[in-house]
Amino acid sequence: MDSAQSPTESHFITNEPYYEPVGNEVSLFEAAYANRLPVLLKGPTGCGKTRFMEYMAWRLKRPLITVSCHDDLTTSDLVGRYLVKGGETTWVDGPLTRAVRAGGICYLDEIVEARKDTMVVIHPLADDRRMMPIEKLGQLLEAPPEFCLAISYNPGYQSVLKELKQSTRQRFVALSFDYPKPELEARIIRHETGLDESATAKLLKLAEMTRNLKGNGLEEGASTRLLVHAGKLIAQGVEARAACQGAVSLALTDDDDMVAAVNELIAALF
Amino acid sequence: MIPYTPEQLALRLETAFDVEFTFHKVDKLVDILAPLDRDSQDFILGWVDRIASTNIQISYEFTRRVVEALDRLDRRVIEAWAVHAMDTYDSKGLHPALEVLRKVDDFLAHAHAHAAGAFFDEVKTVLSNFLCGLSGRRLALKQGEQVHTDSERLFLPNVSASMETEADNFLLCKARVAFMWAQTRFGSCRVDFAAEFAGYDDPARALAAFQALDNLRLEACLARELPGLWRDMQGLSARHRDAALAPGWQAFEQALARDPDKPEAVLALLREAYTLEPPAPRVYHAALDPQAIAGIRNARMAREKMLLRVKLAQLAQEQREEAAPQTSDKPAEEQAPAQFEARQDGQAWELTLDDQPVAPPEDVKQLLTSVSLDWGEIPPEMLTAAGDGEYDPALYEDKEKDPNEVWQGTYHEEGAHIYPEWDFARQHYRKNWCVLREIDLKPGDAGYVDEVIDRHHGLVKHLRRTFEAMRDESKLLKRQVQGDDVDIDALVEALADSMDGREMSDQLFMHMHRADRSMAVMFMVDMSGSTRGWINDAEREALIMLCESLETLGDRYAIYGFSGQTRKRCEIYRIKTFDQPYDDATRARIAGIVPRDYTRMGAAIRHLSKLLNEVDAKTKLLITLSDGKPDDYFDIYRGQYGIEDTRQALFEARRSGIHPFCITIDREGKEYLPHMYGHANWVEIDEVRKLPLKVADIYRRLTT
Repeated sequence: MDSAQSPTESHFITNEPYYEPVGNEVSLFEAAYANRLPVLLKGPTGCGKTRFMEYMAWRLKRPLITVSCHDDLTTSDLVGRYLVKGGETTWVDGPLTRAVRAGGICYLDEIVEARKDTMVVIHPLADDRRMMPIEKLGQLLEAPPEFCLAISYNPGYQSVLKELKQSTRQRFVALSFDYPKPELEARIIRHETGLDESATAKLLKLAEMTRNLKGNGLEEGASTRLLVHAGKLIAQGVEARAACQGAVSLALTDDDDMVAAVNELIAALF
Repeated sequence: MIPYTPEQLALRLETAFDVEFTFHKVDKLVDILAPLDRDSQDFILGWVDRIASTNIQISYEFTRRVVEALDRLDRRVIEAWAVHAMDTYDSKGLHPALEVLRKVDDFLAHAHAHAAGAFFDEVKTVLSNFLCGLSGRRLALKQGEQVHTDSERLFLPNVSASMETEADNFLLCKARVAFMWAQTRFGSCRVDFAAEFAGYDDPARALAAFQALDNLRLEACLARELPGLWRDMQGLSARHRDAALAPGWQAFEQALARDPDKPEAVLALLREAYTLEPPAPRVYHAALDPQAIAGIRNARMAREKMLLRVKLAQLAQEQREEAAPQTSDKPAEEQAPAQFEARQDGQAWELTLDDQPVAPPEDVKQLLTSVSLDWGEIPPEMLTAAGDGEYDPALYEDKEKDPNEVWQGTYHEEGAHIYPEWDFARQHYRKNWCVLREIDLKPGDAGYVDEVIDRHHGLVKHLRRTFEAMRDESKLLKRQVQGDDVDIDALVEALADSMDGREMSDQLFMHMHRADRSMAVMFMVDMSGSTRGWINDAEREALIMLCESLETLGDRYAIYGFSGQTRKRCEIYRIKTFDQPYDDATRARIAGIVPRDYTRMGAAIRHLSKLLNEVDAKTKLLITLSDGKPDDYFDIYRGQYGIEDTRQALFEARRSGIHPFCITIDREGKEYLPHMYGHANWVEIDEVRKLPLKVADIYRRLTT
């Protein structure tokens, strides 16, 4: 309804994203989608949640609108707001409203980061009403059957503030993600980076080592995404130790001792 | 600068050594120090004073030895040497400390190497984390005389200096750590040495042959597992000029490289190797100490066998209850003991029970890893869940000793927290100096709190109102550049402005500001003997007022009392932890605050800062309620030492993101509190009676 908004068509994914299913998540998602159930993706950062959403959007041929949540994300940021234009006020849809109108998939990434009051606006959309009230317009928007709501959440942050409320979480079909098994992770890295088998194996071993350090100085081990970054740098011709330091150890932590320890692990492998 | 004259030097040394009482002769020392340049003199005299603050005898001995060391030793090494001597004095006493100083010849013999040496304390943190990253059982890095492992701890010497450069010496430590890790990871520690060597005439020779073979095997393992490190190790060995392998041993090397994973390959070759002269170990090789390993291993194996089966029984019960809750009322005897199957996939463990996969919790995974390292595999009988009452829990549970029993029977430090203490004269920490325990406070009279609230009825009401007003409430901010809604007033004005030809404002929106008060407060209450009487009453009343106020505010808070006597008995009393609610039990504990002994503040601050840092909050406050200077029983803690240690502990707290603040009723507080807390971070209350009112008021000012 406004030319300033990017057309929903641009949110269609035309090329098949590379995705390796870990378990039955694809069929589960499809079943949930067919039954108009919202979906909650759980899992540590960088294990492929966002990529999975892209893949599903491509499979279901629906536009995908992703919102990365932050701690100042307000209801208006999702629903929409009035703007002033040449002395007039104009309504502009927020991403959630756009997704509802277009019957697309709205993916709220890292939902716990959003302010607590913001999360409540998705409640009527996430149960069988599938309605979205737009207070400021006095409208009640009904979601078309193609619309799908998906949120993601990392239960690994051991903080009470970053917990998902029961009233929110109990509306969703939950899919659990974790780092893929070694063979699968190796395949992913090889596909994404073009590295050979021995270099991939070393990256995997490094990942395992950093995951051993989780809870002993590191909040998280190296994710598949970090391994892919490191692999891409290596494939580009960057010396392996330097590539891993840049893509893994410095990316994981700011703690000098931990950086030094991870660097020593890298030096032991490459 | 001009060097000190002999007279000046004599005076300095006489003061430092307190010669009036100790009768040390300083003439000879003056003769050695006089020809030095001023910089060296200052360096030495600085250390003379610092050591003399610990012990004059040690300082005297240091001065006698240091000059001959000065030319050949790096100052960093001299510092380490002096600190090592003082640490030895702290932990073992005078004579061992003097022995350390007399061994300066050892330091001189390796002068260069020491300058480039890797010190245990410096490499410990990085290498501990490095070790943690490697797979297998959790291992601890410790300081020891010899490089060896007992299969749970790895020992490195205080200084590793076999290599030329500092970088190489660090690498050497790392290589040794990796090598010892390989000994635990690839089964060297699970060999039953006594049984294996029984058939040989000379068991010592058999051990040497075994070690030499095993070293070759582990090298092959490391080459495969940690190729980068292995390359570095080859470099180290070459730079250290380790002898090349004799041809006979090269054959073994090739044989072992084919299948290096299990120690059985070594045992198969042992008879043959026994006849040959074993090669000299490489620089990073670690000794095998069969006795140390066997002692630890036998105890561990017995314990782990029980523990694993008990844990599996718990797991099986959880599984069965989950699967069929209605059948759980069936008596346990009727069920056959659960039989698990375990499979290792890379580093991960997969458990199956009745063909159903079970996700093992972290502690079970650790146990499985440890068991598989000791046995080489998981024996099936260990995967049978333990029956009810099969083992006595006392055999496998960690016994927690009652902290109150410290002084009954023999003194122990089990379960206590050990903290360092800052010695200002030494300008170094005294390591592992304070022994601190958390103790539950005995609840006092439950009616006390109600009585206080009744008595201060008006004040409580007033405080609640003030604190309610402080609650950071959401408010609508008008005339913002960005916001959720258009600010119509602003828009109308802006339009009028633009009609008049003036510039139109861009502040046309309203924004809802939401409250986000993320605060955690730790109250540290002085429970020293000097608070006896009305100070103690005032403290308790102040805490009650505070709790009543804080409950309306919703800030997270904890209250701990501290006291103790000597460094071996620092005590922290739990009054309210962050997780406990302000309920009757907590109120009774506040009523139970009684004066105890002394105030060794440093250790208390260090411990409470640690607890506070475990809480997730944007702002962290550490508020001390105190009635005087840090002090301890017949100890140097009274006076400047205690003030400096407290200052250092507060500095550590600030560095970790905590804001310390002190509320005192000591009228002399202004003499030392600014030095400890900084100028703005303390307040003195002149009348004890006002404490209850003031504390809440100060808190309000602090946090708004």
